[in-house]
Amino acid sequence: MPTPSRYWREIPQRYRLEAAKCKKCGAVSFPPRLICPFCKAREFETVTLADKGKILTYTIIRVPPQPFADQAPYAVGIIELNDGVRLTGQIVDCNFEDLKIGGRVRIEFRKISQEGEAGLICYGYKFVPE
Amino acid sequence: MEGIVGYGAYIPRNRIKVEEIAKVWGADAPSYKKGLLVEEKSVPSPDQDTITMSVEASKNALKRARINPKEIGAVYIGSESHPYAVKPSGTVLAEAIGATPDVHTADFEFACKAGTEGMFVALSLVKAGEIKYGLAVGADTSQGAPGDALEYTAAAGAAAYIFGRENVVAEALVTYSYATDTPDFWRREYQYYPQHGGRFTGEPAYFKHIIGAAKGILDKARLKPSDFNYVIFHQPNGKFPFRVGELLGFEKKQIEPGWLVSKLGNTYSGSSPIGLTATLDISKPGDLILIVSYGSGAGSDAFVFRVTEKIDEVRDLAPKTRVLLDNNKNYLDYGTYAKFRGKIRKAE
Amino acid sequence: MREVAVIGVGMTKWGELWEKSLRDIFVETALLALDDAGVDKIDSLVVGCMSSGIFVGQEHLASLLADYLGQAPVPAARVESACSSGGLALRTGFIEVASGMADIVLVSGVEKMTDVSGQEATYVLGTAADQEYECYHGITFPGLYALIARAHMEKYGTTREQLALVAVKNHYNGSMNPLAQYPYKITVDAVLNSVLVADPLRILDCSPITDGAAALILCPLELAKKMKKPLVKISGSGQATDTIALSSRKDITWIESTFQAAKKAYAMAGKKPEDIDVIEAHDCFTIAEICVMEALGLVEKGKGGKAVEEGLTSLKGKIPVNTSGGLKAKGHPVGATGVAQAIEIVKQLREDAGPRQVKGARVGLTQNMGGSGGSSVVHIFERG
Repeated sequence: MPTPSRYWREIPQRYRLEAAKCKKCGAVSFPPRLICPFCKAREFETVTLADKGKILTYTIIRVPPQPFADQAPYAVGIIELNDGVRLTGQIVDCNFEDLKIGGRVRIEFRKISQEGEAGLICYGYKFVPE
Repeated sequence: MEGIVGYGAYIPRNRIKVEEIAKVWGADAPSYKKGLLVEEKSVPSPDQDTITMSVEASKNALKRARINPKEIGAVYIGSESHPYAVKPSGTVLAEAIGATPDVHTADFEFACKAGTEGMFVALSLVKAGEIKYGLAVGADTSQGAPGDALEYTAAAGAAAYIFGRENVVAEALVTYSYATDTPDFWRREYQYYPQHGGRFTGEPAYFKHIIGAAKGILDKARLKPSDFNYVIFHQPNGKFPFRVGELLGFEKKQIEPGWLVSKLGNTYSGSSPIGLTATLDISKPGDLILIVSYGSGAGSDAFVFRVTEKIDEVRDLAPKTRVLLDNNKNYLDYGTYAKFRGKIRKAE
Repeated sequence: MREVAVIGVGMTKWGELWEKSLRDIFVETALLALDDAGVDKIDSLVVGCMSSGIFVGQEHLASLLADYLGQAPVPAARVESACSSGGLALRTGFIEVASGMADIVLVSGVEKMTDVSGQEATYVLGTAADQEYECYHGITFPGLYALIARAHMEKYGTTREQLALVAVKNHYNGSMNPLAQYPYKITVDAVLNSVLVADPLRILDCSPITDGAAALILCPLELAKKMKKPLVKISGSGQATDTIALSSRKDITWIESTFQAAKKAYAMAGKKPEDIDVIEAHDCFTIAEICVMEALGLVEKGKGGKAVEEGLTSLKGKIPVNTSGGLKAKGHPVGATGVAQAIEIVKQLREDAGPRQVKGARVGLTQNMGGSGGSSVVHIFERG
């Protein structure tokens, strides 16, 4: 479970999908970086990622890590958004049998985890089949 | 002119039927269905709450409003199921849509009328020239105590409205609010489920305040029921809206487009606001719409809207409410429903 | 650069070692290695351990272990690269000897994983992934490799049975290894019917949670010659990194870091994949071994599954992989694995592997990997 400051620091990425586009070569880094891994330039502009994409690969987690104990089984996938950026996230609101590589999904704002009954509630992006 | 510039709804896809609940508690399903005029209700997934639904409804409203979120000067969520007791829901929404940091945020609460409360304030700030756009959301994931009558109807959903002066889709002509201290339904702090006064929630509560607000606004606006194309009342069950409509002089066909409760359940602070989104979805330019909410405790907010030609441009820019209600449904059994709603006692 | 030899090895049985603490297993194996080498004083200690801090609340590990081995004031360092910490420790020790900075170096790998709950252990292993963009969303290690498995199966037609055959092979080998955690055979059916962990991977596709340590002693080849030991030298060493998040990889089905590390090791040793007689590969999950075979250049991309099916890598096959039982049967005390792999190869080259012996093995290779491929360390060993 992230601490308040570690959670808060990633809000622009988790809530708004803010990424960094390299001013020199145009490659998009998500999360944003200080140096472009492709061309090593150091200047970026803020962009927002596309909100739709397709499933590149997926699995169903049946043995969860502690913060997700209540949620299992749940599907997780690597999604390639329409702008080419790839991210990892849960795929929800679906029957597991309907999941397939190439399946189209859109992003929804959901609760990711919470620290028991008294701790922080963590929000972020998940994927819902279209 | 000021009014609605964008609107949007969000309804979770899970449902549970009245029969499924009745089966577990040994209740007579047909008589519940007949008495409540409710067949099924929406159920939030464990990863959905008032905040997540507010964000999705607001994104739909933004799709229709087509404005820069940074120009939103106020963000309000009205709910009786805010995820935190202390820590605003509105700030999460404001961050998620990109309205921060130059924004006024407040969380509203007044049982089922918290949504229209936020709408009243956002609209008023626009009217006063204080802000360019104001976003107000009515959303809830309220709980009904296991086996209680409310368990058959307590549902989840959200509706978001963006108010402004430019490209108005539905002009806000008049508002009226009516409130008294009436203890018909309440929940004390640290209590998981609310309590209610049984039949006391009817005439002295729901009916008195809706009628009070409706008569007040009709007087103020110098309009009669027959002037309206549509009316939306708060929908705690399927019968009350028709009964109060009848008492006020409205016809069934005026109520039907915004009457979702039989398939949706009572979405509390989302109830009449979601009904209004469904109505806007089928309205035409020039239509006159009345919405009267009700919140236990008790009070009602009433608004008169006149639809403009802009509705034809924006209607299809986001999912229609009836589509969200009728499509892609996932029916749950009571065990899964209880697990999703945190009604099963777990180890510490 | 001096040539470097391995002159001593030490390893005890791996498993759920309730009675032994992290310091116990380190010292026991270190003493065995020192005895095997016939030395009692070392010039440097390098320890590979992924997460003693979270598992047993102990940092400052290398100093602690130097102290408990009775070797203080020896310089000591702990190195970490998740599951390739052991391989990295070996490489670090190799560099110290090769550069002339130290003569006798004790390289140790150790991990004590059972003092925390299974869920806590899953969390710790997850710290090898991207905490904020993978773990935050509920991914686990089996989950990451399951993502790779499904992509590999979709792209190349690799089958569930081919994955199972990796586990079956490694258990067959491990059944002949008295130090293995699970020294018994299993069948393909057993794998395919075992409980699902992260579709399509089942529990028998996954390496276990293990307590264990392994140690070896390095010294300059010239010194080893003087000591009249069976000469085994390290002729190649390579390490490489790749993106930490699986979603950032160019090709989810390909382990680029192993390819790059192997390239460097092959070049240093002047060897090609065909020259290798026996390999210890990082089969944290069955799919991993298949991908590693491809990345090491033993087979073409995508053909790893078929190769296992055809017996290329079985004990009697053309290029035996994981004669020790691999991580699957031997166990995977994270930081210790890389060192234990080296020990198996040394035993093979010393012709000391008993029923697991690959006849005439002269050149061996170890491949140790961190996370979902964010780091890889490859070493090549030869008879001196």
